[in-house]
Amino acid sequence: MLNEILGAVALGLMWTLMTYGVYISYRVLDVADLTVEGSITMGAAISAAGIVAGIPPLVTLLFSVLGGMTAGMVTGILHTTLKIPALLSSILTMIALWSVNLHIMGKANVSLLKQPTVFDALLKLHLPKNLAVICIALLFVAGAFLILYWFFGTEIGCAIRATGNNERMARAQGINTDRMKILGLVIGNGFVALAGGLIAQSQSFADIQMGTGSIVIGLASLIIGEVLFGKKTFFNSLISLCLGSITYRVIIMLVLKLGMPANDLKLFTAITVALALALPTIKAKVNAKKTAKGGVTNA
Amino acid sequence: MLKVENARIVFHPGTVNETEALRGISLHLAPGEFVTVIGGNGAGKSTLLNCVSGAYFLTSGKILIDGQDVTNVPEFKRAKYLGRVFQDPMMGTAGNMWIEENLALAFRRGQKRGLKWGITNEEREMFREQLAQFDLGLEGRLSTKVKLLSGGQRQALTLLMATLVKPKLLLLDEHTAALDPKTAKKVLELSEQIIERDHLTTLMVTHNMRDAIKYGNRLIMLHNGEIAVDVSGEEKKNLTVESLIEKFSEASGSDEVSDKLAL
Repeated sequence: MLNEILGAVALGLMWTLMTYGVYISYRVLDVADLTVEGSITMGAAISAAGIVAGIPPLVTLLFSVLGGMTAGMVTGILHTTLKIPALLSSILTMIALWSVNLHIMGKANVSLLKQPTVFDALLKLHLPKNLAVICIALLFVAGAFLILYWFFGTEIGCAIRATGNNERMARAQGINTDRMKILGLVIGNGFVALAGGLIAQSQSFADIQMGTGSIVIGLASLIIGEVLFGKKTFFNSLISLCLGSITYRVIIMLVLKLGMPANDLKLFTAITVALALALPTIKAKVNAKKTAKGGVTNA
Repeated sequence: MLKVENARIVFHPGTVNETEALRGISLHLAPGEFVTVIGGNGAGKSTLLNCVSGAYFLTSGKILIDGQDVTNVPEFKRAKYLGRVFQDPMMGTAGNMWIEENLALAFRRGQKRGLKWGITNEEREMFREQLAQFDLGLEGRLSTKVKLLSGGQRQALTLLMATLVKPKLLLLDEHTAALDPKTAKKVLELSEQIIERDHLTTLMVTHNMRDAIKYGNRLIMLHNGEIAVDVSGEEKKNLTVESLIEKFSEASGSDEVSDKLAL
């Protein structure tokens, strides 16, 4: 059981990077970006193909990030310069990435068994696999945390936030909103691809299917994090996203242990997210009914 | 300061919805002029402001701000010359960001944004002082999200943002229309104070004749996308609602001044 919890924490930490990416598009820019489903696989594909080709594992992750950023840029340009609605732009990139990722890997999956990974340094110290992944993933999450916390406090970071919050106001303050949207999508997908690369290295393979449904997992982690751990400040949000990702993985581990068939996992996640997203509306409706009833009794 | 030359704009050209919202308007504003713009629904008041700000591009004609031809300059680039306050109090500020963050965004209007901190401590002090002058109790709430403010407070904040960096031209688009009468009066007086203090060249759209007469040193009235009345100086000072309606009927050749206008 302990080992399974450690496994869930390790997975949750790696997926935190993905959740950060989703947060940038979904919360900061206010765009549902499906590019991530392709860019997480792209990150995995680039890293795996790179390692097989003999490139140092850490360096492959850098290429993963660059790949993800490019994918984000394509979506951004489709949306801003070519005026295609954001959701559709991201779907187009996501579909296109399927083929691109197959080209990168040369086949539907690449095994990394007996290949070097970024976790080797700790594994050589005879640390259990899950602990090694936790340590390394924690380093990446800490780095991502610091970068995001700094970046969204800078002039450009503030301009991106303003663009997502009120585009007209942003333009009136001289902000090139198109460029800010592209930049946000570039950064977000960079983080997502980094997550993909790390995940591939930890599970020792990259698979063309691995991105399917990842946006929903990202959203589930984000919402669980915000609801359970708060979103008062940006600092608070970043911590919550990490804890939310871990909580999501622990929940999944537990329901599987309780006997839910693995095939139902995506249905379960989708229903959870749908409920969480609908919660404000349901609450408002219930409240409205209560007030209406109250009004009648008062009269 | 502002030169609009023969400005025409046609919406939905070639469709059944084709409308010519501006029909060859020419308007010159001298530096420091405070012009109120009035007209009925669909007269072209907001369209005129939106063309000057770059939200819409002209079908034909020219717009110059301080000698620079901005006819085809995109909205975000034109922003460096302009301070803007919108009709909707939600429109001029970023509700999810703090008061000081909104001010810091406005303080960087027209400058290149880089990787320096989005707000500095000296700026915070300066914002606090500026807000204190407004007497709205906002100076102690710099790290409050703007969406928690009232409509009047948001408009006052937007006004400060619009004038924090002295604009070449201040555009007020019915900026008190969504406020209750008392707050509207306060925001209007605040606007006048700032305009006089900084000698700002201003275009203020309003649908209230009394306000249009009371404020500013020149008044133009639009009708069907054209300027029907343009008065300034002594003549403007002596205007009354009745004489304005009379002028309008003369100029437009119609008696049907809508009742809405007279309100």
